[in-house]
Amino acid sequence: MTTKTVKLYEIANARSGDKGNRLNIALVCRDPAHYPALAQQVTADRVAAVFAGRRPTRVMRYELPKLAAFNFVLDDVLEGGVNASLGLDGHGKSLSYLLLDIPVQVAVEPVHALRASAQIV
Amino acid sequence: MASKVFIGAGAGFAGDRTDAAGPVVDALARLAGPRFLMFETLAERTLALSQLERRRDPRRGFNPALDRFIAPVLARCLRDEIRIIGNFGAANPRAAAARILALAREQGLRPPRVAVVEGDDLTGILSAKQLAARETAGAILRDATDIISANLYLGAGPIAQALDQGAEIVVTGRVADSALALGPLIHAFRWRSDDWDRLAAGTLAGHLLECGAQVTGGYFADPPYKEVSAMADLGYPIAEIYADGDLVITKPPGTGGRVDRLTVIEQLLYEIHDPAAYLGPDVVLDISAVTVEELAPDRVRVRGARGRPAPETLKATVCVDGGMLGEAEISYAGPNAAARARLAAETIRERMRKRAPGLVVRTDAIGVISVLGDNGAALAEPWPSGAADVRLRFAAQSASAAEVELLLDEVEALYCAGPAGGAGVRRRLTPRLASASCLVERKFASPRVVLLGDAP
Repeated sequence: MTTKTVKLYEIANARSGDKGNRLNIALVCRDPAHYPALAQQVTADRVAAVFAGRRPTRVMRYELPKLAAFNFVLDDVLEGGVNASLGLDGHGKSLSYLLLDIPVQVAVEPVHALRASAQIV
Repeated sequence: MASKVFIGAGAGFAGDRTDAAGPVVDALARLAGPRFLMFETLAERTLALSQLERRRDPRRGFNPALDRFIAPVLARCLRDEIRIIGNFGAANPRAAAARILALAREQGLRPPRVAVVEGDDLTGILSAKQLAARETAGAILRDATDIISANLYLGAGPIAQALDQGAEIVVTGRVADSALALGPLIHAFRWRSDDWDRLAAGTLAGHLLECGAQVTGGYFADPPYKEVSAMADLGYPIAEIYADGDLVITKPPGTGGRVDRLTVIEQLLYEIHDPAAYLGPDVVLDISAVTVEELAPDRVRVRGARGRPAPETLKATVCVDGGMLGEAEISYAGPNAAARARLAAETIRERMRKRAPGLVVRTDAIGVISVLGDNGAALAEPWPSGAADVRLRFAAQSASAAEVELLLDEVEALYCAGPAGGAGVRRRLTPRLASASCLVERKFASPRVVLLGDAP
C-alpha cells in the first residue's frame, strides 16, 4: 500500500471549545475514508504528548464513526480557564491548530479509488 | 398541531453582528408555519457584569446589546408573526422587557405581548457557604463572602409556557442556551416532558443554532483548505424542525457562508465533552448516533439524537471578585529584535522578583510565541533568530491593584531604562471576575413567567 505523510490540517478540520479549565477539540475528516487511519494514529496518548507543555491531567478520545470525527477532551489545560488565565487565549480557541500541525500517514490509493468508484455508481 | 417549525438565529453571542438577523427575518417571513427568531447573547461573564450594573442602577442590568439586536427587526417580526426568544434579560429581564416595550413605542408600533422568564437568580436563596458546598471542581468559592452573581441554567419549560400564553417576545435571564430553541418546539409540537428523544432533538437544534454563524461557515474558513464564500455577508442559520425531531439546517438565500457536512459537524461537537451525555436541564442528549447528510446546496439534514432523563441537579454559574488583571506591552523591531526583546523580558523578571516576589508574571513574545505557548519551557528555548518584529506582553493578577501596577510601571520604565528601540507601550488594568460551577438541587429553582403588555 502506498502511503504518504501529510500534516493533519491538509486532510482534517478541527475546532476548540472550552468549559472552565477543560478543553475539547473536535477533529473531523474531510474525506471519511481517512477515518480508520486517523483512528489508528491520532490516539489519546499522542494528543496528550502534543499538549504535554500544558500538563493535562486527563485526555479522553471519543470516537464518532458515523461523522468520521473524534472528540478530544483535555482536562486542566487552560491555565484555570478564561476568567483566570493570564494568557491571551484563555478560551484555548487557537489550540485546535496545535493539534492540526502533527504529521500523519495516509494511504494514497484507497481514498482515490473510493472516490472513483462512487462516481461510477 | 404544527408539522414543521422554523427557528432562525439572530445572534450567537453578545458581540455578534447586529445586522445578521435582517436576512434571517426576510427568509422566515416568506415561510409558512410557526416561525421563531432566537438571540443568544449571554456569556458566563456577561451575567455577572450585568448584576454589578443592576446594583448601581435598578433600571439597568440587562444586556446592553438588546437595542442593537432588536431594533432593526422588531417591526417586521411583529407584522409577520415571527416570535422572538432571547436571553438578553441577563440580570434584569423585567427591565429588558420594559425597554422592548419602549422601543416599540419609539418606533410607532403597537405594544407587543412580552413575557419575562424569572427564577434563575440564586442570590438571596443560597448563601455563599451553601454555594461553596455545591461547587463541582476547584475551590473558587471556598473563602468567598461576596457573591456577585449566582444563576441556575433554567430549562425550556417556562419559555414554552410563555409562548402558550401568547407571548410574542420572550425575555429570559440565564437559561440553557439550547432552551431558546427547545422552548418554541415544545410549544409548537406539544412534546411531553418525558419524550426524551424528542427533547434531545430539540436540544440538538438549539445547540446547532446557539452560536449563530458557527454552523453556516463562520469560524470555519482556512483557505485554501476550507473556503467560505462572502465572509462579509455570512447568512445566519435557520433550522427546519419536524414533529418527529428530524431537522434541516439551512441559511437565507443570497447570503454568504456555507452549510455542509463539515460546517455542521464542527458545530455539532462544539463545547461537547462525552458525546453520549450532553447534560442539560431538560434532557441528557446523546449525539453518538447522529447522522449528518447533505440534501442540497446549503441544506443539511441532522437526525438520530437520543435522549435520557435529565439529571437530578441543575448547573449554576457563580461569579465572585477575581481581583485585578494588569497587562502591559512593548515592541522591539528590526535587526536583532529578538535579542533585545529577550533582554527586556529578563530585565522585567529580575525587577519584579525584587519588587513583588510573590507575584506570578506571565510573559508572551507576540510574533514568536504567545497563544500556543505555556509561559514556561517554550519561552526558555532559543527564539527564532529571524524574528524582526516582536511585541512583548506581560500579565499579572492580584487582589491588590497596587501590586499589579508595579508590573505596569516596570514595563513603562523600559522606555528609558530598557534595551534599545523599545516602542509603543500600552498598559491596562481590568477588574476580573472569577467564575465557579455548582450543581444545585432542583427545589431551589423557581421558574416563573410574567406577561407584560396587552393580553392576547
